[in-house]
Amino acid sequence: MKTARIMAAIVLVLAGAAALGAHYLAPAGYEQQFRMSPDAPPSTQHLLGTDDLGRDRMARLLYGTRVSLFLAPIAAGIATILAAFFGGMAGYFGGWVERCALLFVDLFLSIPWLFLLITVRAVLPLNISPQNSVIITFLLLGFLGWAASARVICAGTKELMKSEFVWLARASGFSGFKLIRLHLMPNLRGTLLAQFWISVPVFIITEANLGALGLGVTEPLPSLGSLLGELQSVIVLRPHPWQFLPLVILIVVVSCFQTLLNSSEVRT
Amino acid sequence: MKRLLWISVLLFLAVPLFAQSGGELRFSIYSEPKTFHPLRTEEISSDTIRYLTSGVLLRLDRITQKAEPELATSWKVLDGGKRIRFTLRQGVHFSDGTPFSAADVAYTVQQLMDPDLHSTTGDAFRSGSGKVVTRVVSPGEIEIIFAAPVAGLAELFDTVAMLSAQSPQKEMAVAGPFYVAEHRAGSYILLKKNPYYWKKDSAGRQLPYLDSIRLDIQQNDEIQALRYSRGEIHLINRVAPGIFDKLAAQGTAVQDVGVSTDTEFLWFNQVANAPIADYKRAWFASANFRRAVSEAINRDDLARVAFHQHASPAVGIVSPVNRFWFNSKLVRHPYDPASALRRLQQDGFHLDNGVLRDKTGHEVEFAITARAGDEARQQMAAMIQQDLKKIGVKVNIAPVEMSALIERITTSFNYEACLAGHTRVTLDPNAQMNIWLSSADTHQWNPAQKSPATPWEAEIDKLMRAQASSSDERERKKYWDRVQEIAWEQEPFIYLVNKHTLVAIAPSIKNAQPSTLYPQAFWNVEHLSLNH
Repeated sequence: MKTARIMAAIVLVLAGAAALGAHYLAPAGYEQQFRMSPDAPPSTQHLLGTDDLGRDRMARLLYGTRVSLFLAPIAAGIATILAAFFGGMAGYFGGWVERCALLFVDLFLSIPWLFLLITVRAVLPLNISPQNSVIITFLLLGFLGWAASARVICAGTKELMKSEFVWLARASGFSGFKLIRLHLMPNLRGTLLAQFWISVPVFIITEANLGALGLGVTEPLPSLGSLLGELQSVIVLRPHPWQFLPLVILIVVVSCFQTLLNSSEVRT
Repeated sequence: MKRLLWISVLLFLAVPLFAQSGGELRFSIYSEPKTFHPLRTEEISSDTIRYLTSGVLLRLDRITQKAEPELATSWKVLDGGKRIRFTLRQGVHFSDGTPFSAADVAYTVQQLMDPDLHSTTGDAFRSGSGKVVTRVVSPGEIEIIFAAPVAGLAELFDTVAMLSAQSPQKEMAVAGPFYVAEHRAGSYILLKKNPYYWKKDSAGRQLPYLDSIRLDIQQNDEIQALRYSRGEIHLINRVAPGIFDKLAAQGTAVQDVGVSTDTEFLWFNQVANAPIADYKRAWFASANFRRAVSEAINRDDLARVAFHQHASPAVGIVSPVNRFWFNSKLVRHPYDPASALRRLQQDGFHLDNGVLRDKTGHEVEFAITARAGDEARQQMAAMIQQDLKKIGVKVNIAPVEMSALIERITTSFNYEACLAGHTRVTLDPNAQMNIWLSSADTHQWNPAQKSPATPWEAEIDKLMRAQASSSDERERKKYWDRVQEIAWEQEPFIYLVNKHTLVAIAPSIKNAQPSTLYPQAFWNVEHLSLNH
């Protein structure tokens, strides 16, 4: 198990390093169109061939991995903070505060995610740069994807509030922010970390779903999601197996996150 | 031995006969037909059913582009397009056996012009206020009198399906080659051979050759292509360019019939109260700006890359395939970024470190909206983005889901530029009145104007009305040519490419003659047969 964790960490570090070094590793810009050789097979000039517009697939994969790999954790961070706030508040105060907070959480959970994302994305201004579109997409994921984690954190907080050491602390005069800082937060850290790691692959896949619908990161900026969009064409699959590579990267990255998540769960 | 020889000869002769008839043709339509009423069709699935089942007075030959007799043996346009007299074919029956006569034509026209029916087919005949009158001269002859002259009158009857005045089956009794025999909602529609169909082939055999047509409802292009390559369906009427190449690479029978009447174009929002910045509205209203954008777009590359060489750079409103109405004096706008920059300089634009700025210093940046999931348009947008970058213009691409896109371009006008396409079913310029009249709701760049916003739009209004009220083809052509010239000079629509007609027709289908005009692969359906 330890070996698996180390391997997963190494793969993620390598993927992260490759994505960060995309500028140096990529043979061309991700937006550069080699229009005389669209949809070209792998060659020495284009190691993974070119896409329909003649753009180097290798460059797009490196930059796309960078976008998904670095922005998904930011979105997961936002979602975890929001979940900690609402879930923690519900668990800490209990009573009508808990009922109101959980009602709000249930409302969020009952809304179909993808539909909500498409709707929110559609009402945003049209004239936004690709860089802003990618930030908006992941911020949306973060601000809309906290509800499930909030329930887990609420349950964890309630459990802690019933524990003997919290009773003792309260009997000793600890309350409010001090109780949260010294007793609740350190004991909730494992739960929060687990929620964070769960959210990262979920957000990568959700962005991929949005990208496949043409509503994620806008052209010419690539993401794993927009690269996966090509796989919608079932006929395309047969002659171009190298188009599967973004899917392979996505599976590997998500699996590595899951392996690390399992290890962090074991530790909690 | 002699008997055996005779049997062999008979079998030899019988083979081509059997090959010429029978069998079930299978292909797909994209959606459930909204109606089976042939005068109320508005979308392509209903229209396909109408085409396959309806009897019409005359039909436009999709190859020669000339009107040919069908239920009418002859016709004469009188009073400059105000009247038309049809001599009807004798001995014709509807699919339920009821006879066809002038009374049925009168009934059809009355239904067609009934405002309560809301027939878009009938809209083309509404030339002026006042009733449309029919006069049955004899059971075999009828005259239709309109309130005002109707341009291109005879050809308009190509889409008017004859209804039976007497049949208890009402609009389900048809005079075309097939009738609707079965309908499984969301699954398929089965059409069977009309036993009373009047048409015979040159050898005197009754048409159609096919026994039935099964129309499977299938939205997904990929699945259609997969089913075609497996032999589960016999044809695809319109193949997407990317799929076309994949099918061709697999050795599956596909055909590029040539340039079609379909156009792809870009336009800028010029609506006066649209929620866009004033300085941007000023750019979009400038013909120099629009023409500069047009000249900076490499149409050859669009056709070659986004459409896999299955499109041709567009010249203007009319596709060159529309031989009569195309203004042959026009040439396509050149790809010339240097000329584009010169035009922009005339309007006070200037390059500042590779970034184009207007005379007030605003960076030139706009968003092109296109339907999310439309692969070809997304690719065109990405190529236009790169082309315009060369003249310092920053383009953002905004894919929008279909219903949101329609809301933006028709109601809120909350967009800057839009990439879209026109699918033309009829060749006559009258069919484009709803686009070019400044008062029209589908005058996309600035719809429903109370009075024309610009002198050139006022001139187009005048020319469109003039061509619509004239029955002299040469005069109409002159007016329409001038409209094409104005549209070429002003470029409210920046025409990009004319798509090619791409069809897939299985080798087992005989007598197929695909056309660039709708319905491309099966326009001569009564002559199609399956080789068993």
